[in-house]
Amino acid sequence: MSCKLAIEDLNLYYGDFHALKSIHMEIQPNEITAFIGPSGCGKSTLLKSLNRMNDLVEGCRITGAVKLDGEDIYHGMDVNLLRKRIGMVFQKPNPFPMSVYDNIAYGPRTHGIRSKAKLDDIVERSLRNAAIWDELKDRLKKSALGLSGGQQQRLCIARALAVEPEVLLMDEPTSALDPISTSKIEDLAVELKKDYTIVMVTHNMQQAARISDKTAFFLLGEVIEYGETESLFSMPKDKRTEDYITGRFG
Amino acid sequence: MTMERTCKPVAAETINKLTFKDKMRAYKRSPLSLILLLLVCGAALITMLTLLYLIVYILVKGIPYITPDLFSFTYTSDNVSLMPALISTVVMTIIALVIALPLGIGAAIYSVEYAKRGNKLVQLVRITTETLSGIPSIVYGLFGYLCFVTALHWGYSLLAGAFTVAIMILPLIMRTTEEALISVPDSFREGSFGLGAGRLRTVFHIVLPSAVPGILSGVILAIGRVVGESAALMYTAGSVAQMPGQAGGGLFDSVRTLSVHMYVLSSEGLHIDKTYATAVVLLVIVIGINALSSFVAKKITKKQG
Amino acid sequence: MRNRLDEQLELLNTELIRMGALCEDGISQAAKVLVTRDEALRRAVDETEQEIDRKEREIEAICLRLLLQQQPVAKDLRLISAAMKMIADMERIGDQASDIAEMVEHIRAEVLPGSLHIAEMARAAVNMVTNSVDSFVRRDMDIARAVEKADDEVDALFNKVKSEIIALIAEKPEEGETCLDLLMVAKYFERIGDHAVNIAEWVVFSLTGEHD
Repeated sequence: MSCKLAIEDLNLYYGDFHALKSIHMEIQPNEITAFIGPSGCGKSTLLKSLNRMNDLVEGCRITGAVKLDGEDIYHGMDVNLLRKRIGMVFQKPNPFPMSVYDNIAYGPRTHGIRSKAKLDDIVERSLRNAAIWDELKDRLKKSALGLSGGQQQRLCIARALAVEPEVLLMDEPTSALDPISTSKIEDLAVELKKDYTIVMVTHNMQQAARISDKTAFFLLGEVIEYGETESLFSMPKDKRTEDYITGRFG
Repeated sequence: MTMERTCKPVAAETINKLTFKDKMRAYKRSPLSLILLLLVCGAALITMLTLLYLIVYILVKGIPYITPDLFSFTYTSDNVSLMPALISTVVMTIIALVIALPLGIGAAIYSVEYAKRGNKLVQLVRITTETLSGIPSIVYGLFGYLCFVTALHWGYSLLAGAFTVAIMILPLIMRTTEEALISVPDSFREGSFGLGAGRLRTVFHIVLPSAVPGILSGVILAIGRVVGESAALMYTAGSVAQMPGQAGGGLFDSVRTLSVHMYVLSSEGLHIDKTYATAVVLLVIVIGINALSSFVAKKITKKQG
Repeated sequence: MRNRLDEQLELLNTELIRMGALCEDGISQAAKVLVTRDEALRRAVDETEQEIDRKEREIEAICLRLLLQQQPVAKDLRLISAAMKMIADMERIGDQASDIAEMVEHIRAEVLPGSLHIAEMARAAVNMVTNSVDSFVRRDMDIARAVEKADDEVDALFNKVKSEIIALIAEKPEEGETCLDLLMVAKYFERIGDHAVNIAEWVVFSLTGEHD
């Protein structure tokens, strides 16, 4: 099976700080890959490098390559098109201050879809895919800011799905949510991996164990261990991984 | 095992509220806090009373002299109508805003959204605007006089006045717009960029709409300054009490705004009553503008949720 | 919600039922071998035993994965820990079935008097296993409790068989070895009954959290 995303010798510096050290990783399609590790280990930084959100950060320098289906995303690829192909869901739900409908339609409109019928279709399909259509179908014209945290986050997932990405990056998507909403998002992620490749950063190791297929453990900007979630959690090869996942870290 | 305890209904007594007696006991223990309480209450009271006195004074002095004649379209030395001044004020304000808004908002968008943090040019612009907003308005007046009236040969004119006040409110609009843009959460921008939207679309569809209430409050302040300005305008727009364009020069006619009108009337000392009446009208206009803009701001925020 | 947990629990459930069914097969086959002495059937018992061992590994893996991935609590946790205990008992049942089938080789058929109650013991033991698995499938406390009672019956039968064998030894001292083998077969059935009781007790535990 060819990999969806290939990270090759990726180094990232914030000024003088070497935040990611020679990362090599292959991310398989239609799988959930989880990044775990203590705060500041670089997992979110790597995630953001995958759709070039770090471009916005000043003093951030990247070397190496990230390839999406073999195409180098840092050379000769339009950033906006890249972000259309690799969508992102953020830690804190961030619906725009507009209606539910306009939130979902924002992405497609950005990419030039104007037809009302088409947009209606996309909005419904995206909300259905995010398993939130039934809850929201009667309040499409209402402001998205009036939704609960869990609904907002699923709306943000729907918004990301609306531009038909291939890869979905999730940066601690449930850390701001209650357990029930978390559980819904986890189910959703497992459902979505049939059609998308999902890369998820999580602080919650149990979450990684519950839903991911592959897990990568990060420490101080390095990937310590990367492999099948089940074997990483039952028989970690590296002592540091074991210490971290058994809570004996540091 | 679940813990269960039978709960006998007791007489419902609120236990988390301080009674007056409790408070007095607390103050007895620390008299300083009582003194401070009295001081801040006093400060609030004095502020409120001063404002109230001012408004009531103006209303009492002015309302009896508001007559239909006051709103006649022509000004004569017998009937010191405020209508020409009112219209001139509106036109002046609109022109000043038309000049200052795009410039101020544009500059703010550049410095917040486009320029890199620590950009030297932006820092320079910020220092300049801060300095400008501290300059007394008479200085603007002199500048306007030298630049627009004399050097550009516009003479005392509505346009020279409008340009002068436009320069005056530019820093204000830029600063408030900057603040409003900065207060838009970065998560909105990230969300937009994350969907593949470019900077232009992000700024105009996500950031600016969210910043409108803030920008609007800047605009209100700016309008307030234009409406209340007198010194700078006397040097640039002159003080001819006529409708804009009445003398045939279009925007190059000299006009007087309400504030200048009041100043002239009171310095002539012939129509003090009418001055108060004019003040009432000015007060009503300012309150009206405030109410309208806060209404608009509320409408916009409501639409956004 | 928690679709994945539910899916995996469902899988655990069906696998446990399958393993239970295999145990029933094993004992019935062993009991039949005792009577028919059919060589093919004897081999079938061995195969069943191996199948049971494989199932045990499989279910163990499912349980470990559930514990690892889903961090189950409350009834889910009880079910999984009960399952891990149950499969140990089931595996022993499989072993004993195959032991019985092996014993048969050493027992000369002509010695077996028709009056012996071993066949009844076999039936009773199979019944207990069937019922214990049934109590799990239906999450039924009453059936589980009934299994615990049925053990007394098997114990009584064992005592009866024991005295019969003593009588047989007194009658034909030269068949002493066969008689002892017969006693062991009876003992195996009695043990199978005990394992069935264990299974029933774990069912009760998974339902109530109490284990006695």
